[in-house]
Amino acid sequence: MSETFTKTMARNIFYGGAVFFFLLFLALTYDTHGELPKRDNRQNLTEKVAMGKMVWEENDCIGCHTLLGEGAYFAPELGNVYKRFGNSKEAIIAFIKSRPAEGVEGRRSMPQFNLSDEELDALAEFLKYTSEINTAGWPPNIQG
Amino acid sequence: MQYSSQAVAKPYFIAAIGLFVGQILFGLIMGLQYVWGDFLFPEIPFNVARMVHTNLLIVWLLFGFMGAAYYLVPEEAETELASPKLALALFWIFLVAGALTILGYLLVPYSGLAKLTGNDLFPTMGREFLEQPTITKIGIVIVALGFLYNITMTILKGRKTVISLVLLIGLWGLAVFFLFAFFNPANLVLDKFYWWWVVHLWVEGVWELILGSILAFVLIKTTGVDREIIEKWLYVIIAMTLITGIVGTGHHYYWIGTPEYWQWLGSIFSALEPIPFFMMVIFAFNMVNQRRREHPNKAAVLWALGTPVMAFLGAGVWGFMHTLSPVNYYTHGTQITAAHGHMAFYGAYVMVVLAIISYAMPILRGRAAANSPRAQVWEMWSFWLMTISIVFITLFLTGAGILQVWLQRVSENPEPFMVVQEKIALFYWMREVAGVFFLVGLVVYLISFFIGGEEEATA
Repeated sequence: MSETFTKTMARNIFYGGAVFFFLLFLALTYDTHGELPKRDNRQNLTEKVAMGKMVWEENDCIGCHTLLGEGAYFAPELGNVYKRFGNSKEAIIAFIKSRPAEGVEGRRSMPQFNLSDEELDALAEFLKYTSEINTAGWPPNIQG
Repeated sequence: MQYSSQAVAKPYFIAAIGLFVGQILFGLIMGLQYVWGDFLFPEIPFNVARMVHTNLLIVWLLFGFMGAAYYLVPEEAETELASPKLALALFWIFLVAGALTILGYLLVPYSGLAKLTGNDLFPTMGREFLEQPTITKIGIVIVALGFLYNITMTILKGRKTVISLVLLIGLWGLAVFFLFAFFNPANLVLDKFYWWWVVHLWVEGVWELILGSILAFVLIKTTGVDREIIEKWLYVIIAMTLITGIVGTGHHYYWIGTPEYWQWLGSIFSALEPIPFFMMVIFAFNMVNQRRREHPNKAAVLWALGTPVMAFLGAGVWGFMHTLSPVNYYTHGTQITAAHGHMAFYGAYVMVVLAIISYAMPILRGRAAANSPRAQVWEMWSFWLMTISIVFITLFLTGAGILQVWLQRVSENPEPFMVVQEKIALFYWMREVAGVFFLVGLVVYLISFFIGGEEEATA
């Protein structure tokens, strides 16, 4: 790099740029917080949904599935599974319950988590709530 | 070794390499589970193998960063480490806590681990990469604080160079942004929004400062180029990293319930994120071309040149490939993401840690400036084996990803996830074969440490 561009100038660009863009990011974060109530389906965020999220987390579902496209890519997207299963919590519950403990020979299979009826219902409620978040039209189709 | 306290870096580097081996073994298990669905089921289900694979990666890179800091900060500050004893104590605490966590993943069902560690009192578990029990997370914070105290005090009492300052900013940023791991609201959108403050602001933010600083240190030592020039480059590179990367976080805010203006902001800023990586390539090759000495450690120079190239390809090119929101609409959460993740992590962070290990380890082992030429040949073979393997892993996952996107998301009759997975199994088989070659490269790397002798005449 040329001699007219000094180390001091480079340093100033670093500190100035970092501070400016971090402050811009904070401002955008503030604005996002204002917009979220219109999009994040918080009106349906019940105690049961919160419990369902806890069941989701304590069984590490994200270790195989994606949720709104984030997670592992070993098993189907679940952000829209409520809709894919015909807007049916019962179908979700029945699927989770029916997983064989010893798996399926040669194939990927979801483990049997032995969830209680209350946990199953909460988890399904959480997936219903998730499917109603405004995700700007993602995923492209029902297959997730 | 100029300062005796630099020796504490050695156990950190050894632990890093050991955990690296574990990471790769679990990677191979997962790769096999992709095509042989019930392999090790139900003993080690995929999600457990994945936790072990990703958590080991994070932990061994942290060991590498800490080892790098303990090695380079005394030399930069021209003073002994503030407290070598603290560094050694923290090493054992971190290693034991890490080992217990991994054993917990493997021996107890995850929900049992959550109950055992009281996750209901302070729930932080069960989110990607942040699966550690809350108690482990608190342990990480304590270790990080002790480590930062040690490094900060060393720099404060000694010479303050740009390299150590940038490293310090990166390490403090790492610790500060990790605190968002403790924020886990029931609101999924908010949870995801701040989850990225740990994940993105780490790997596309402050970790790049750590990367730049370590790379600059290795280049100063091996090329003998004037510090002024190298430091100017370092400032420009990390300036571009943060100017593009902070608002670039927006490329994760397209489809998770956040406002749609992020599609514009995220696309524009993250499209610029390859720039600092490209500059890093120019920087490294320029410095080596302008070298004022022939350093006998050719292997270290090779790693230092390979790092920016692979980081540019993995993070820059493969990142750009799916970062624009109209493209990401189709690729989000597919094997394209996995392809990018593998080459980016290898190129940027694995290679820079291996570069500093390559440079520092011979000195830490009391050899001259380098290992014997024979040992270096083995090390360079491992460089090529691992690097070419990761290129193929990335290409095969990209092939799988393109087909997945097409069959599941673009075609007129989109097919279900599992149907598509079976159709693209061939690519997963080829990825697994490439993974085996990676393991061979890693074994060659390990062997290189046991080949004796030292460089006879130091240049």
